[in-house]
Amino acid sequence: MNREQVLHVARLARLSFTEDELEEMARGMNAILAYIDLLKRVDTAAVAPMAHATAPANVFREDEPAPSLSPEEWLQAAPWRSGPFAGVPRFVEE
Amino acid sequence: MRLLGSIDRLASELARKEYSAVELVEEALDRVERLDGTLRAFITVLPETALAQAAAVDRARSRGDRLSPLAGIPMALKDNLCTRGIPTTCGSRMLDGYRPPYSATVWRRLEAAGAVLVGKTNLDEFAMGSSTENSAFFPTRNPWDPKRVPGGSSGGSAAAVAAGEVVYALGSDTGGSIRQPASFTGVVGLKPTYGRVSRYGLIAFASSLDQVGPLARTVRDSATVLHAISGHDPLDSTSAAVPVPDWAARLDGEVRGIKIGVPLEYFGTGVDPEVARLVRQAVDLLVGMGAEAAECSLPHTEYAVATYYVLAPAEASSNLARYDGVRYGWRAPGAKSLTELYTLSRQQGFGREVKRRIMLGTYALSAGYYEAYYLKSQKVRSLIRQDFDRAFERFDVLAMPTSPEVAFRHGERASDPLRMYMADALTIPVNLAGLPGISLPCGFSRGLPVGLQLVGRPFEEETLLRVAHAYEVATPEWRQAVPPGIAAGRGDDA
Repeated sequence: MNREQVLHVARLARLSFTEDELEEMARGMNAILAYIDLLKRVDTAAVAPMAHATAPANVFREDEPAPSLSPEEWLQAAPWRSGPFAGVPRFVEE
Repeated sequence: MRLLGSIDRLASELARKEYSAVELVEEALDRVERLDGTLRAFITVLPETALAQAAAVDRARSRGDRLSPLAGIPMALKDNLCTRGIPTTCGSRMLDGYRPPYSATVWRRLEAAGAVLVGKTNLDEFAMGSSTENSAFFPTRNPWDPKRVPGGSSGGSAAAVAAGEVVYALGSDTGGSIRQPASFTGVVGLKPTYGRVSRYGLIAFASSLDQVGPLARTVRDSATVLHAISGHDPLDSTSAAVPVPDWAARLDGEVRGIKIGVPLEYFGTGVDPEVARLVRQAVDLLVGMGAEAAECSLPHTEYAVATYYVLAPAEASSNLARYDGVRYGWRAPGAKSLTELYTLSRQQGFGREVKRRIMLGTYALSAGYYEAYYLKSQKVRSLIRQDFDRAFERFDVLAMPTSPEVAFRHGERASDPLRMYMADALTIPVNLAGLPGISLPCGFSRGLPVGLQLVGRPFEEETLLRVAHAYEVATPEWRQAVPPGIAAGRGDDA
């Protein structure tokens, strides 16, 4: 991965780096990706992908109302409250 | 030293009222006070709630209530398990000061059984690491040698049990994070079958691999704790609706006719010859007790680490997208837009290894690379599982080392992520396949504990525990050894 690719992935992941960090990140990722290239040796033409250890099946339950936490309880952890909501910076112009 | 005893023994002493639960937890808090300045196993110690929980158990006992064997036993939780109203940091600046509004199912079950929570233990940030050096707060030391790591990511839980600060602890295991630290610190670590234990309230790292399990002093204790935390949970749709046997009651030391497979790939390059020798010696001992053993092959083993370092970061990049600085967690001050709020909060809240894995995972899932990395790895995951399925047509359990080496020194691998990842080469395949695995002490190499890993068929923890217990009973010398300076901390310890 070159510098531009690392920057692109960082944007997708909502991360940012200083120039030094960027260089270190690129170096680390390239070493790991080079190692992961090992997988190219495996013939997987006739193999189904495995997403999960348990058999893939939907899990259904009755849609029954049950008590839940109150908004007040959830909002206790919010770093910035605005009334009954978690607050964010204004992102639409008035 | 009471706290170096087993749950079994302490439960019967408590039942006979030789001492109270309050006295027992006072002893635990005293040991934490004296030992943890050096060990640093705990992020949060909870003297007040622990004493209140112990007092409640004592009251229940004097009322004549029927109590669980876990009632009044001092224990600890890895700090990625949510505890209502109690700080849960996940070893990260991102969650420094976070108090969850709900508890993990495993903690609710233990709490109902009368468990006494001494504190929350240190871990690699978001459970990403093999040494507990990636904690945002401080590294934990290995009780056997403070210059060495306790393993990770459940290093705090392992060190706390090994040092007798608590009797048992819960950890989580995504690629070896219970078994490897258990091996490094000379305790028993059990990763249950994927789906055996609810993940509700376990802060997610890689959801298809994560599983909660115990670190304890004996196999029987592990069975007792596993029984208390197992079972279907409507709050985790991947938890399995399968029977939960009373494993501890079925341990009889009998291994006659058990077929043990010894996969050669787990004794090859990179494995310390002394570690390999001790594990083979453990298998020989089981054969002497009536088990049968034969060598076998799991041919895709060498691809497991590469597969894991695509799949686990991919899942992590998705799971950790929730940390946006809005609803909980660190929020960067001064952001002028939403995107800036997300980016700055994440830049400041996450440490280096967590960012590296988010980057790897985001890359592996991004347009143009998905098939080459993510899909390819999912296919290799199938092959790894098939290797195990074939082996379990012939064998009841597989035996191999837990870790290629004994505990390494602090700082030795911190700058080389790939070398650190190799510490989990022998535990990762078990998570990829979703199987139960246990690590238990099988000797010492240069004064440091070595772990024997046993792996079983899905949901056959019973066989796994039976073989592990039989080995443990036959080798009391590994259990009797205690870290230097740990038991001798007080005049009446002997």
